[in-house]
Amino acid sequence: MDEPVLRLQKLRKSFGALVVTDDVTFDLMLCELHAVIGPNGAGKTTLINQISGLVAPDSGSILFGGRDITGLPAHARAAAGLARSFQVSSILPGFSALENVALAVQSRCGSSFRVLGRAAAEDALNGPAMAALADVGLGERAHVPAGELAHGEKRALELAIALAMRPKVLLLDEPMAGTGREETARLVELLRRLKGRFSVVLVEHDMTAVFALADRISVLLYGRILASGAPAAVRADPQVVAAYLGDEME
Amino acid sequence: MPASLAASLPRPRGGLPAGMLPAGIFLVLALLPLVGSFTGGSYLMSLGSRVMIFAIAATALDLLIGFSALISFGHAAFIGLGAYSVGILSAYGITDALVSLPVALAVSAAFAFLTGMVCLRTTGVYFIMITLAFGQMAFFTASSLAPFGGDDGLIVAARNTLAGFPLLRNDRTFYYVVLFCLLATYLFCRALVASRFGRVVRGAKENPVRVATIGFDVYRFQLAIYVVAGALAGLAGFLLANATEFVSPAYMSWQRSGELIVMVLLGGLGSLDGAIIGAAAYLLTEEWLSGVTGHWKVIFGPMLVLIVLFARGGLIGLASAVVRRFIRG
Amino acid sequence: MRLRPAGGSLMSTSLLVVQILNGLQLGVLLFLIAAGLTLVFGVMDFINLAHGVQYMLGAYLAVAIYALTDGFLAALVLALAAMLAFGLLLEFAVFRHLYDRDHLDHVIATFGIILFLNQGVKLVWGAAPLSLPMPELFSGSVKLADGLLYPVWRLVVIASGLAVAALLYWLVAHTRIGMLVRAGATNAAMVSALGVNIRRLFMIVFGFGAMLAGFAGIMIAPILSVEPGMGDTVLILAFVVIVIGGIGSIRGAFVAALLIGLVDTLGRSFSVDILRLVMGPSPARTVGPAIASMLIYLLMAVVLYIRPTGLFPAKGR
Repeated sequence: MDEPVLRLQKLRKSFGALVVTDDVTFDLMLCELHAVIGPNGAGKTTLINQISGLVAPDSGSILFGGRDITGLPAHARAAAGLARSFQVSSILPGFSALENVALAVQSRCGSSFRVLGRAAAEDALNGPAMAALADVGLGERAHVPAGELAHGEKRALELAIALAMRPKVLLLDEPMAGTGREETARLVELLRRLKGRFSVVLVEHDMTAVFALADRISVLLYGRILASGAPAAVRADPQVVAAYLGDEME
Repeated sequence: MPASLAASLPRPRGGLPAGMLPAGIFLVLALLPLVGSFTGGSYLMSLGSRVMIFAIAATALDLLIGFSALISFGHAAFIGLGAYSVGILSAYGITDALVSLPVALAVSAAFAFLTGMVCLRTTGVYFIMITLAFGQMAFFTASSLAPFGGDDGLIVAARNTLAGFPLLRNDRTFYYVVLFCLLATYLFCRALVASRFGRVVRGAKENPVRVATIGFDVYRFQLAIYVVAGALAGLAGFLLANATEFVSPAYMSWQRSGELIVMVLLGGLGSLDGAIIGAAAYLLTEEWLSGVTGHWKVIFGPMLVLIVLFARGGLIGLASAVVRRFIRG
Repeated sequence: MRLRPAGGSLMSTSLLVVQILNGLQLGVLLFLIAAGLTLVFGVMDFINLAHGVQYMLGAYLAVAIYALTDGFLAALVLALAAMLAFGLLLEFAVFRHLYDRDHLDHVIATFGIILFLNQGVKLVWGAAPLSLPMPELFSGSVKLADGLLYPVWRLVVIASGLAVAALLYWLVAHTRIGMLVRAGATNAAMVSALGVNIRRLFMIVFGFGAMLAGFAGIMIAPILSVEPGMGDTVLILAFVVIVIGGIGSIRGAFVAALLIGLVDTLGRSFSVDILRLVMGPSPARTVGPAIASMLIYLLMAVVLYIRPTGLFPAKGR
């Protein structure tokens, strides 16, 4: 299939005089892992926020599976198959890890306007939720209140929530932010396994992870796409090296 | 106990195992009329009915404040709407509960739906204020209904008949009908909170952005629970009109809405059975203190302040803390 | 010029002018109360339902002091001082422990204070309405135009309210403390992190707000009667003002207060007449007053529907 599963066309966003997204055109093909890298302040998170629907672009369009979702509210995009994780862990601290993920499973699993029947006892929800937790290595911690998890565990929970939504597209905003070496390696391994199942936009700073996983890399600088292409080409691009990679690579 | 299960079952509270507290409460309420028959007079029963009626409204409000983080400062309006449904229908000669009750529920639910649509577009203090505003609108409308008593209120000729039978005129029967309604309300709310629907709403209280990006239209869920809470308060209003055989705009005043919030807080937010205890504590204190002095609010006011300052988790929280210290020491 | 709508009622321009002035007077009064309320809310994120009883207390203290001193000015000054002291005491004893609690706790605690003070003034001064005589100098009426007499005192109230508004504007825009207040209304945590003594700032804001509310109560006392519960309706109106105006914004409070004062007054005076244009006199007389009392709430609902954070919110959108 030649049609990209996600396409941004000439996306623009300013906050006052500051242009945060400058005519960004970007696409994601089916089952591809397309990484977005760039220095802090380049506008990566704002880009993700616009795709997931938390921020409205000033102009431009977003096409998801060929359908224009630019005007669609965030929850509708999520229901359509667009899942995201947050750079700053955004979980439900009073719920257990299991219940966090079960809620995500619930969004895919029939109507939630059911008022009878105890949700916590539903195998249809708990089963896939436990599986997702096991996938990210949180199987043992399922019943811990999410607010009490360690930082690395919260990042893993973020991922589990997104995965449990059975999305078509995964938007991952710095999933390895603040995680230690072991945790990062585990997440990289997990993402490698998932590559065939989902189409992924990965925003990351960890260059080892990026070059290990990405099929394509786009470099974002001051809201603009500086370069875009296969990892080897991007790595060698002199502009990119000068602006960003020069400092990042050892 | 796994956190996910604990969130939906009655928690161990006041030092007692889970489920014992609500069971105890309902047992006490069921036996009250028997005690009353020893002390003579129906005072205890009418007080008990009153407590239970407000407990229904407080439980409904707990759904909003405790579980959904929607601080509604106009909840008394729904009680008033339920009550006025009874009063107005009665004035036109329609006195059967089979008509009055569905009307009361429908009117409250409709008002909740229409006002909720507007209110839920706001958050925080704006939400508090706009619920207050709608409550005031209901209050002023009722006050200006000259044909139905206006400011002075309206006397209801007699309690509703039940399918033609004047069952509710017997105070004891009425008491048990109210008790049944309270039990049904409590069990329904318990089930609601533990259900899939309840989970979305509870999640939205913790992190609304997260819940939205999981794929739930939080607005719709909140509107639904707002309507449910409104309808349940309408039920309380229906029962109140029957209990007192009188309806008045004062049922909908913002002070009444404030009192409901206090009842929920006294019992501990998000506890449902606590709302019942809170309603009882508030109304019993009011009864007791107003017997002591006409100026009882001078004492009650500072008591509220002290409770807020020192008794977080309401009276139950305070009681548990005391019991725990007693066991330890 | 006179309009004669169907039904034969008379709407003269002098009546219109009088009601506009009355609306301005109500607006100015609401501003005095709302200004303190919006500051406290904006800077400390504290919902102070007790602001209404502070208004009431100002009036009562003025009445009490007047009984001793027999002079309005003395009563005014001393009562203001007493309100400042009361505000500082309340902040110190109760409110400062509640800043980091959630809004619900604020609501309950201040609700408790309302109960306490409403009953307290009844205890001390009795339930019967009291009055505060206005100064001799301002007690007459002035002729604004042919056939248009207007009470001088009401003009004094309008003038003093505008003067306070100007004073507040100067304080907030041109003094250091005003800058801190504005900064605090936008981001209190940041201001504190910058090393400003936030506790002292809060205390000052709160005391000043109490004084403003008391001032409103004292100025209006000669016109209205002083009685328990007089602050309750005014409180709700003040909240409507700050919600429409935008929380934390004095400018918003000013605009909204005048708007509400005018809408409420003109609505009440002319609702029946206006409705008579579209319906018969009898339904107009029933529906009119009901709509009039709801008008400002409808206005608030409409404003919040379009702008869920008010017209000029301090924290921006």
